[in-house]
Amino acid sequence: MIMLFFKRAIDDIFKNSFLNLVTIITISLSILISSAFILFFINTSEIINSWKRGLRIMAYLKPDVSSTDLAYLKQAIQSLDGVQDLRFIPKSEALSQLKTQMQHQASLLENLTENPLPDSIEIRMTATVESWQRIASLAAQIEMLNQVHEVEYGQRWIGRFIHLFKLFKLAGYAMGALFFMAAIFIVANTIRLVIYSRREEVEIMRLVGATDNFIKVPFYFEGLIQGALGAVVGLGILYLSFFLIAANVDHEFLPGLFHLKFIPPAILGEILLGSMLVGWLGCYISLKQFLSA
Amino acid sequence: MIDAPEKSSIIRMFHVHQNYGPKKALIDITLDIAKNEFVFISGPSGAGKTTLLKLLYLGEPVSAGQILIDGINLARIPRKRIPFLRRKFGVIFQDYKLIPTKNVYDNVALVLEAAGAKKRLIQKKVRSVLRLVGMEDRLKSYPPSLSGGEQQRIAVARAIIGDPKIILADEPTGSLDEESAEIILALLRGVHIRGATVIIATHDKALMRKTGGHVLHLHQGRLETSVFLEKQYDNAIF
Repeated sequence: MIMLFFKRAIDDIFKNSFLNLVTIITISLSILISSAFILFFINTSEIINSWKRGLRIMAYLKPDVSSTDLAYLKQAIQSLDGVQDLRFIPKSEALSQLKTQMQHQASLLENLTENPLPDSIEIRMTATVESWQRIASLAAQIEMLNQVHEVEYGQRWIGRFIHLFKLFKLAGYAMGALFFMAAIFIVANTIRLVIYSRREEVEIMRLVGATDNFIKVPFYFEGLIQGALGAVVGLGILYLSFFLIAANVDHEFLPGLFHLKFIPPAILGEILLGSMLVGWLGCYISLKQFLSA
Repeated sequence: MIDAPEKSSIIRMFHVHQNYGPKKALIDITLDIAKNEFVFISGPSGAGKTTLLKLLYLGEPVSAGQILIDGINLARIPRKRIPFLRRKFGVIFQDYKLIPTKNVYDNVALVLEAAGAKKRLIQKKVRSVLRLVGMEDRLKSYPPSLSGGEQQRIAVARAIIGDPKIILADEPTGSLDEESAEIILALLRGVHIRGATVIIATHDKALMRKTGGHVLHLHQGRLETSVFLEKQYDNAIF
């Protein structure tokens, strides 16, 4: 029976090729736009995560901190929530690092009689959103410690960027939902046109004793197939565009820093299922109205 | 005329009225049709013959009165059971109602597919019934490519393939030449002999005389006479 329904669905798709093509194009455009958003979010999340991994708090110590106090200080900082690990940087190491970094301005450091840099502790944070939100309070807690003279954490703008990213994400969800509903609406109307063009056939089926399910199931298959084809076409176009863009962007803008990623297979599967759901829902809505009329 | 056969009823109508707005298509129809009867519903155009058939297979809801089919009250049948009730009927429509986008095989197979029959049984029965109506060589043809007589034979094949208890035929020979009409009539007689109740709506008096049976005569929506006609009855009463 399933094979019979499937065969009828395939036959119907070919017999109403124009209307089916319109439906598939509609679904594929919705999938293309929604998936482009998903692709953007995936890559932006990756960039943010790589930035997060590089986030440090530098605690500059007061002069002449004893080794006992230093041990206590390290333990105190390590016990704070959101701290992944820490490293003590003696002022001599800091100076040699500075010299390495300023090789072309070496003359500036040559005449120093004493090391002006303080001892410091480099604190690496856990790469979670929460630790990002807590960075200011964590820095304040470290600054309160007796042995700490000053605390510095750069890239405050990342926090603002994350907020912006969240806004984008919300907008993405809203647009995704909008495209989902628009696609269902268009699919429902296209299927309605298909059913309307075949109303005589449906009526004859009913008159010879066909149940509503016998009439509906091939249409459901049709909707699922339209959804699947729409997803394949939409994702195919997205992949081609991605392939062309990624080749240029990786080489010209992000050499060695970051590689653009395509949507992972699990999410591709979810998009495919979502698209099939759109096709099925469109059928379901229009059939429900048509058959109850 | 002959006496009414002493058999149990398969169709009973009690004070049935059918209205289309102010127009009264059927007025106070009460009748009994026994199992395995050969029935003609006669009358001029507009008498209500097609309307009466439509009420039987639930082609439209009845305005007033009660109809019992094989003991089932149509007024009380749940919507989900309607397809199962319709499988008791084989209907031959005046305009054939074949699906133009399906070939002969698929049109006839539809009845068994809808009833959930196995593919092998469907193949066997479709070939057998098409052989019976003399259309086994037109399996792959589409209805628009067939003549009226051929389409009618396909419609008969579709009506009888499910071995229904009741055959309803609306003017089955109306638009056919004499030879095609003879074939259709022979097919309907054959189904009747195999046990089905056959109800034919027609205004063809010659057909009724030739075949004989229970004749219900409608006029302006009313059942005027109910008589039993012998085969080749010569003194026409209509």
